[in-house]
Amino acid sequence: MTLATALFLLVLFVVTLTVAAYSTYAERKVAAFLQDRIGPDRAGPFGILQPLADGTKMFMKEDFIPAAANRRLFTLGPAIAMITALMTGVVIPWGGELTLFGETFRLQGTDPEIGILFVFAIVSIGVYGIMLGGWASNNKYALLGSVRAASQMVSYELGMGLSIVALVMLNGTLSLGGIVEHQAAHGWNIIYQPLGFIIFLVCAFAETNRSPFDMPECETELVGGYHTEFSSMKLGFFLFAEYTNMFISSAVISTLYFGGYHVPGLDRLGLDPNLTTLIGTAAMFAKTFFFIFFFMWVRWSTPRFRFDQLMNLGWKGLIPLGIANVLITGTVYHLAELWKG
Amino acid sequence: MAALFYILAAISVISALTVVGARNPVNSVIALVVCFLSIAGHYVLLNAQFLAMVHVIVYTGAIMVLFLFVIMLLNLNKPGGPRKSLAMRLAAAVAGGLLFLTLAAAVRQGVAITPAAGFDPGVGLVRHVGQVLFTEFLLPFEVSSVLFLSAIVGVVMLAKKDKDEAPDPHITGPERARRTA
Repeated sequence: MTLATALFLLVLFVVTLTVAAYSTYAERKVAAFLQDRIGPDRAGPFGILQPLADGTKMFMKEDFIPAAANRRLFTLGPAIAMITALMTGVVIPWGGELTLFGETFRLQGTDPEIGILFVFAIVSIGVYGIMLGGWASNNKYALLGSVRAASQMVSYELGMGLSIVALVMLNGTLSLGGIVEHQAAHGWNIIYQPLGFIIFLVCAFAETNRSPFDMPECETELVGGYHTEFSSMKLGFFLFAEYTNMFISSAVISTLYFGGYHVPGLDRLGLDPNLTTLIGTAAMFAKTFFFIFFFMWVRWSTPRFRFDQLMNLGWKGLIPLGIANVLITGTVYHLAELWKG
Repeated sequence: MAALFYILAAISVISALTVVGARNPVNSVIALVVCFLSIAGHYVLLNAQFLAMVHVIVYTGAIMVLFLFVIMLLNLNKPGGPRKSLAMRLAAAVAGGLLFLTLAAAVRQGVAITPAAGFDPGVGLVRHVGQVLFTEFLLPFEVSSVLFLSAIVGVVMLAKKDKDEAPDPHITGPERARRTA
């Protein structure tokens, strides 16, 4: 079993990196589509080798460390960003059970009973990558970028946590596998938690530093924000971590609100269980890819917020809404229990 | 399991010593983060997953970020600080040594370290923590929430701008007229 888990994690690692790499390509293609351009088309047919070309370029660049930078922390920053981005995929259920060679495997690294809290914990550690990287650069713009990142992420974690509280009240479990099973039995959470979903989605944009909330790297004000001084693969790690975070956030959104690997009515077709699982996994990836597309769609359609607007939205908009959502969910849940007798 | 415990314990102790010993405050903060993470590891070894994750989210993810924030904004990254005189350092060493001696003697003479009750692997799971928190420890739980509420209100009171404060001299023109009106 341990060998199977190790193998699964290796596959997950490769898949995550591949999806993140191709998200950079997709981002350019989506941007081109939305702006009525062609986008990258030189490297390979339709430009599909573009991520490889970009990666090679990143590695070939000079790895420059500013003279006044704190060398150790300057290296540690991108490393933390990348490691934490890759860690959260472990608790996400990518599919149901697969029976191979008479043994049953779950397409999930591990399913701790506090799954969703694990995701939160790792995300909250992830902010250190940006903070330390920005501070160690010894650059005003980088420092401002990292301070913005920290305040933004700490603020939006609250709204995100409140939207999760209502969801957990309904599902009765913190385990991501359990949440998917509950949705398979009682219908997707988006039906019961539309407000919670909107709060979670907005917070996810802020947590991944994606436009319209990409204040930490706002190039019109801060040159490049926290990664101003970074070059070569250190910069590559920061950019890659952003795309990995986007992939994982999309997967978490699909898992929490859109039934994860559950496809309505698939169980009734009487298909081979392994085939059902594979279709479920494909559905999970389709939902995830839709949300990755959604992230890009929003990026190329909306202008950036101002920082004070961002803080106002987080503290005065989303947190009160989140508390109201918890109260409404609790009241309705209790009344429904009374109704049933 | 035992090997894991010893590794985690070593990390905890070394990082805790680094917190005190580091000359650069940013390194102290990072060492404290490592220390908190290793303590979360200890919680996981005791099967208290909920406590471990909440510990990481609250202490590592929020409080230490604010520490780092303050250090970065106040620019406290100058290593060193005022050097204490030799007599002062000697006195500190003697006092610290005596305290250590007393503690060591107390531990050696004290009662045998045995668990008060048998270990229940389910004690740290969310379901159990929630049940205990909302039945047996309901009053302390609610009182501490009132404490947090008063802290929030206090911070808002302190941070709120005074209404009849003099207008900002940097704001001029129609914006100033609008604000003073």
